[in-house]
Amino acid sequence: MATEPPPPNLDELERRLKQARPEPVETGVGAADRPRAMGMAFRVSVELVSALAVGVGLGWLLDYWLGTGPWMMVVMFFLGAAAGMLNVYRAVEGLGFGRWSKGSAATKEEDRGERG
Amino acid sequence: MAEKAIDPLHQFEIVRLIPAKIGNLDVSFTNASLWMVIAIAAVTVFLVGGMRQRALVPGRWQSMAELSYEFIAGMIQDNVGSSGKKFFPFIFTLFMFILFGNMMGMVPYSFTFTSHIVVTFAMAFVVFIGVTIVGFAYHGAHFLSFFVPKGVPKIMLVLMVPIEVLSYLTRPVSLSIRLFANMMAGHTMLKVFAAFTVMLGIFGIAPLAINVALTGFEFLVAFLQAYVFTVLTCIYLNDAIHLH
Repeated sequence: MATEPPPPNLDELERRLKQARPEPVETGVGAADRPRAMGMAFRVSVELVSALAVGVGLGWLLDYWLGTGPWMMVVMFFLGAAAGMLNVYRAVEGLGFGRWSKGSAATKEEDRGERG
Repeated sequence: MAEKAIDPLHQFEIVRLIPAKIGNLDVSFTNASLWMVIAIAAVTVFLVGGMRQRALVPGRWQSMAELSYEFIAGMIQDNVGSSGKKFFPFIFTLFMFILFGNMMGMVPYSFTFTSHIVVTFAMAFVVFIGVTIVGFAYHGAHFLSFFVPKGVPKIMLVLMVPIEVLSYLTRPVSLSIRLFANMMAGHTMLKVFAAFTVMLGIFGIAPLAINVALTGFEFLVAFLQAYVFTVLTCIYLNDAIHLH
């Protein structure tokens, strides 16, 4: 009777399994995350422009009411541009949804990073 | 088709179905109103019909109704936390209304009411006012500290507070423009390529192929924009409830 091969050592098996399995490759945005990433892109693109528009619009209105010539509009133009950049910065911070949203995608991403 | 110029913006035209006036106010029942009513009816049928069975093991229809419920419940839990549960009815209604509006716009010869800035801005403005009221109701005058960023030198506050206020005022505008612009651009593009298909005859196969891809893309956008609008509402709500 042929001798059966000894049962494989579990540690040995574990080692071989690890070798056989490829390391998970970081590919940036995975296919599953793509809709979310696209939502993000749509979000950010509008944020910048609309803040500028609101700034200029409000400046124009203030000028109209106060009769301060073009000055409020000029000031608000720059403030609007700054607000737009602030909005974009907040939107993309950690690729999550803003700094202050507890339990937002941003904090979860960080959690995952620490554990994984 | 040949003698009539193809107008890709014709699909967005508002038609008065039942003209009506109160004083100087035009309160006609338009095709936009009609499609909003249809959207509400469709949502109601979808949810009420789906949950009629109340089966422990849901069928397909009930699954879809439950899935949409859980999707929004999860979104609120993730972005606002358990204190956001009170606002579930509002956010769920908002999501279903926009989603059905976007999706029904994909049906040929239908009307996409979310491609009109009046509609999206009205919704965004309701969200904006509502969130502001929630903020004041939860924190009173302390809510104003939302406009004072932390860890900024006193002198810089002269600059930072107006920027923060502007950034806050931008919310309804960016919220409404995003939805309206995406829907309008997508539908115009579909129409333009459809026109190319007709004009090019046998070579129309190329724009036709593009249109097939675009249609799929538009379904993605229709869902995505409903999602983005709702998720941003949740984030704004979270800001108002938890401040920073």
